[in-house]
This record gives sequence, C-alpha cells and structure tokens, in this order.
Amino acid sequence: MGQMIKVGMADLKVCKAPDALTTIGLGSCIGIAIYDPSTKISGLAHIMLPDSTQIRNNSNLAKFADTGIQKLFEDMIAAGANKARMVAKIAGGAKMFEMPGGSSASINVGERNAEASRAKLKELGIRLLAEDCGLNYGRTVELYSETGEYYIKAVGKEVKIL
Amino acid sequence: MLTLNEVNEKYFDVLKEIGNIGAGNATTAIANMLGLRMDMSVPEVCFLPVEELGSAIGAEDDVIVGIMLGVEADIDGSMMFLMDTHSAHRIVNRLMMRDDNYNEPFDEMDLSAIKEIGNIIAGSYLSALSGLTNLTIVPSVPFVAVDMAAAILSVPAVQFGIFGDNALMINTKFSDDLGINGYFILMPEEDSYAKILTALGVPI
Repeated sequence: MGQMIKVGMADLKVCKAPDALTTIGLGSCIGIAIYDPSTKISGLAHIMLPDSTQIRNNSNLAKFADTGIQKLFEDMIAAGANKARMVAKIAGGAKMFEMPGGSSASINVGERNAEASRAKLKELGIRLLAEDCGLNYGRTVELYSETGEYYIKAVGKEVKIL
Repeated sequence: MLTLNEVNEKYFDVLKEIGNIGAGNATTAIANMLGLRMDMSVPEVCFLPVEELGSAIGAEDDVIVGIMLGVEADIDGSMMFLMDTHSAHRIVNRLMMRDDNYNEPFDEMDLSAIKEIGNIIAGSYLSALSGLTNLTIVPSVPFVAVDMAAAILSVPAVQFGIFGDNALMINTKFSDDLGINGYFILMPEEDSYAKILTALGVPI
C-alpha cells in the first residue's frame, strides 16, 4: 500500500502505483479521476467552476473544468501515461443548498461543473467510465492507482466504488 | 474595479463592527428565545485564500451545520452562518427542552429549529449591516445542510472564486453556559461590494 496523496480545492495531482490520490468534501466541485491501466498512472483534479473563459480571474488552471482537465491530461502524459488508454470517472457536483436564484455565475454550478467536465473529457477523447454526480450531499473521493478504483464516501452513506 | 484582494484594514474594522452589532442583536434575540444570558467575544475577521476555506473552521471532513440565506433589495448576494454540530445540538436541545447531552442525528423538527436560529442570527447580522449602511437588505427563507465542512464551504468558495482568490469570514464566539461557536460569511455579488463600501464611507 502506497501513500495517500491529498489534492486540495482548485488543485490537481498525478501519481503512480502504489500511491493513491484523495480529495475531501467535494460539494458543488467535481473530482475528475483519470487513470491509465497500462502504466497505472493516475491523476485527480478538484475543479470549482465550469469555464475559465467566463471568469476574469483565471490564473489558477486547476480551478476550472476546461483548463484543469487539460492540465491534468498534460501532466499525466508528461509522467508517461498512454493517451489512448486513459479512462475517466467523475464525482461531485452536488447542490448543497436548495437555494433558488443566486448570481448567474453560481446558479446550478454543480450541474454545470459536471457538464463541462464531461464535455472536456469528450474533447480530449477520454472515455468516461462512470460517474456519481448531483444530489445534495458532499463526497470524499479516493483514487487507487493500483486498480483504478474510485471510492466515494459520504456522511451517513455506504462507500460506493466506481 | 475594486478587487477583494485590495480590501484594507479599514474594511476589516468596519466588518468587525458590523459583526459586533449583529452578534449583539443576535445574542439578545436568542437570549429571549431560549431564556439564557449570552455574551459574545469580539468577532475576528479573517481574509483567506479561497482554496483554504474548506479547512478554515476545522477538519475538512468534520460534519458541520450550515444555514444559507439569500439577500436582496439594495444589495444582492447571500450569507451563510456555520456552526459545529456540537453547538447546533446544544442550541436545539435547549429549544426543544431536551437534555443538554442528547445528540441523536437531527430530525426534521430539529432542522426547522436550526433554520429558525439561523434566521434570527442572520437577520440580526443583516439589520446591523443595514443600520450602518442605510441600505435596505432583505433576507430570503433559510436553507440548511448538515455535511462535511469542505462540502458546505465549497458554496462560498465558489461564490468568492468567481471574482477573486480570497474569501472573507467573521468568526464569533458566543460565550455562555452553552459554548456556542459560529461563523458568518457574507457573499455579496460583485457590484454589491462597491455599494456596501461606499455606503460605509470606505474609499474604493
């Protein structure tokens, strides 16, 4: 069993087997797990917002689905991952409060984060194997590079394995 | 255009003052409701990177209670009041006239009680802000979530993250026999910031 490497909010990391990656308490954010079973190189990004082009302050690439997934993809290639073998799983994108309205940029941000993540993965040609998105609760995720299994943990719920 | 990164010492003091008056109002309101005498500490205002908000009030996976309200009229945005589950249990137990040590998971009635308390606290805070700025500020009905701190705090993190890299939070301790600790986060829309600061006489 390797190390458990923590990925913060608006952050992304790449690791190799036997290490694992985790991010704690995804709310409306999305945890995008990309895995290459041939090299066991894994990557996890914790994005907060769907689209960097809609935001003036966009220097942190890991904050957005479009630039974050692109960067994660490039970092994994640089680490030696095989582009053709990459697969993805995503989790998060909850609506923590049933608030109506809000600013245009924050309405249904969880749902829009999930949509933007799917679109970016498709654009990069990475197959989305499974997802656990939406609803109204937080999720802690763990990506194990040995197996590619993606664990989803939520308060008062059974652990889900994607 | 003003960015949150340029918020100065003066704004801190103003926010602290709002926090003071607001918490004072809330203390009175809760004291009347629960029949308790409560004092509160001078609030602490912190300014921190959005990425650190998830762990700002404890461990990221600690279960906390968050109450969120929209605000509208002269300013638009939302606000959140957060407390640890221990504090929430104590308030609810007192309100429901239960034993202080009761800590079964919150049921629907408990959640309504928490919303009501959030309403009072948020309303007190907003009336302080309204009084100091002469702006009309109307809160929406409250919404409650009991979940991991990082997941609840991702909501303000996203809100602040839309137009900056930092978030503002006010920490208030209610010192009494209950030991309640709470946090406020005010999330005005970008153009409402300027309105608040101008109304407060802070040069922007």
